[in-house]
Amino acid sequence: MSETPSPQAVEALLPEIAELIVDALNLDLAPADIEPDAPLFGDGLGLDSIDVLEIALVVGKRYGCQLKSDNEDNVRIFASLRALATYIAARRSQ
Amino acid sequence: MNSVPLLAGTDPAAVFAWRPDGPVSVGDYLAEARVLAARLPAGDFVLNLCHDRYRFAVGFAAGLLAGKTSLQPASQSAETLRRLHGAYPGLFALCDGPDDTLDLPRFDFPALFSARAGGENDTAAVDGKKAPKTEFAVPRIAADHLAAILFTSGSTGLPQAQPKRWGKLVANGRAEAEQLGLLDRPHALVGTVPVQHSYGFESTLLLALHGGCAFWAGKPFFPQDIVGALAAVPRPRLLVTTPFHLSTLLAAGLDLPPVDMLLSATAPLSAALADEAEARTGAPLREIYGATESGQLASRRTTAGEAWTPLPGIRLDQDGEQTIASGGHVEGRVALADRIELLPDGRFLLRGRQADLVNIAGKRTSLAYLNHQLAAIPGVVDGAFLLPDEAGPDGITRLAAFVVAPGLTPRQIGAALRERVDAIFLPRPLVIVDRLPRNSTGKLPRGELLALYAAHCADKIADGRR
Repeated sequence: MSETPSPQAVEALLPEIAELIVDALNLDLAPADIEPDAPLFGDGLGLDSIDVLEIALVVGKRYGCQLKSDNEDNVRIFASLRALATYIAARRSQ
Repeated sequence: MNSVPLLAGTDPAAVFAWRPDGPVSVGDYLAEARVLAARLPAGDFVLNLCHDRYRFAVGFAAGLLAGKTSLQPASQSAETLRRLHGAYPGLFALCDGPDDTLDLPRFDFPALFSARAGGENDTAAVDGKKAPKTEFAVPRIAADHLAAILFTSGSTGLPQAQPKRWGKLVANGRAEAEQLGLLDRPHALVGTVPVQHSYGFESTLLLALHGGCAFWAGKPFFPQDIVGALAAVPRPRLLVTTPFHLSTLLAAGLDLPPVDMLLSATAPLSAALADEAEARTGAPLREIYGATESGQLASRRTTAGEAWTPLPGIRLDQDGEQTIASGGHVEGRVALADRIELLPDGRFLLRGRQADLVNIAGKRTSLAYLNHQLAAIPGVVDGAFLLPDEAGPDGITRLAAFVVAPGLTPRQIGAALRERVDAIFLPRPLVIVDRLPRNSTGKLPRGELLALYAAHCADKIADGRR
């Protein structure tokens, strides 16, 4: 399927995706406060399915890749900021 | 005893549902339900947690055949599971995924034999298809059998059980199909809403059982998933969705496969979104108005005007500000939470909701319930939720909460709340305060909370961009 992105490419994406999330969801924290490997759902950042759709929308517009949830994939994609950045880095078209 | 068939169809070869590997026939569906009914554990109550709409449907029918009742709570929080476990002896969960059911007994859905890649059980499905039509018999269920209990969060703070008898559920599905014109022209249904909640239950499962429609087994989530699901079923297609899912779908700007009807419920849709949806798809957008307590009550074509037309048999009476629904498939007489203006021609207008009720992305609760849950957290001295003024008609406005809890952090309170309420109601922000601005009678005026909220937002802007 998609090529595995380099760790550097993923690392470089982290701050801008963190900012995208904070802006899109109007979160009460600074982008740098999102730990790259902490869960975005549940006990971590506490995001829910509405947030996931909001993020999917801004990611689609910014990076030109549509998120798909075949086999409940979004649990994996949204496991952490780094997981989301890895997914986007592998599929972005812009 | 008065009985009603499990489903209205009389052709075993008709399509009941669409799965990624192809259609499932009515005959296979019934055969699968019979097999599962014989295997279900003892116990009168089933918590059917299946994510797959078809598996849910098999589980639901199996429960009916075995004389059981399907429990359908508004949330699956740990607190809800514990409460149901205590209140319904013999309850077990029917699961098709890795859901955590805590200490509730669970029964994992067995492999489907109607699946194309079914392996050793394939012959069962083939035999079923070869069976002559004369042997095909749709089971009948007693009309007064307690088929399901749906739950709402009442304003007193505890979930309220809404019993649904089989005959009334059938009548609801039938009335909706008639009102939407589906009896003459059955559609393939693609639902973005969970089948357990009242709207999804009525508008996908009941429309399949008694409205002649066939549903897509998945619950597409992202816009790209919805496009894929629509493309996977034949026309005419009906998208069963909500204002939030619909606005997200349109905003994604994807090429949509042809759709023949759009259905929305859970919250009123704006005229602007309805116009855009119809312009983009060429399909009429119909809205359903209803409540878990009453079932579905009315529909409207949003672009044709604000007024709602009651479903066949539904009667609305008024007693002062209060409107009571009865007749048709309504169980008894149900007081509605909305303020309603009846029109001389029998239609009506919605004039807002009682102030205490909260509806976020179609999930409903009350501020009283949320405040009760907040106050029940050890270490919380006082606390109040606030629904700020809404940003836009089709957007999502989040709750805020102000909490007096010396020694607790917002994160600890958030974690405790997550155990008790649906994630959608978690406050954002959750602000720790020294005391709440209660007046001399102990009441907490909304204006005071709004002022606290405004002050917090101003602080955040001042700090945040430093």
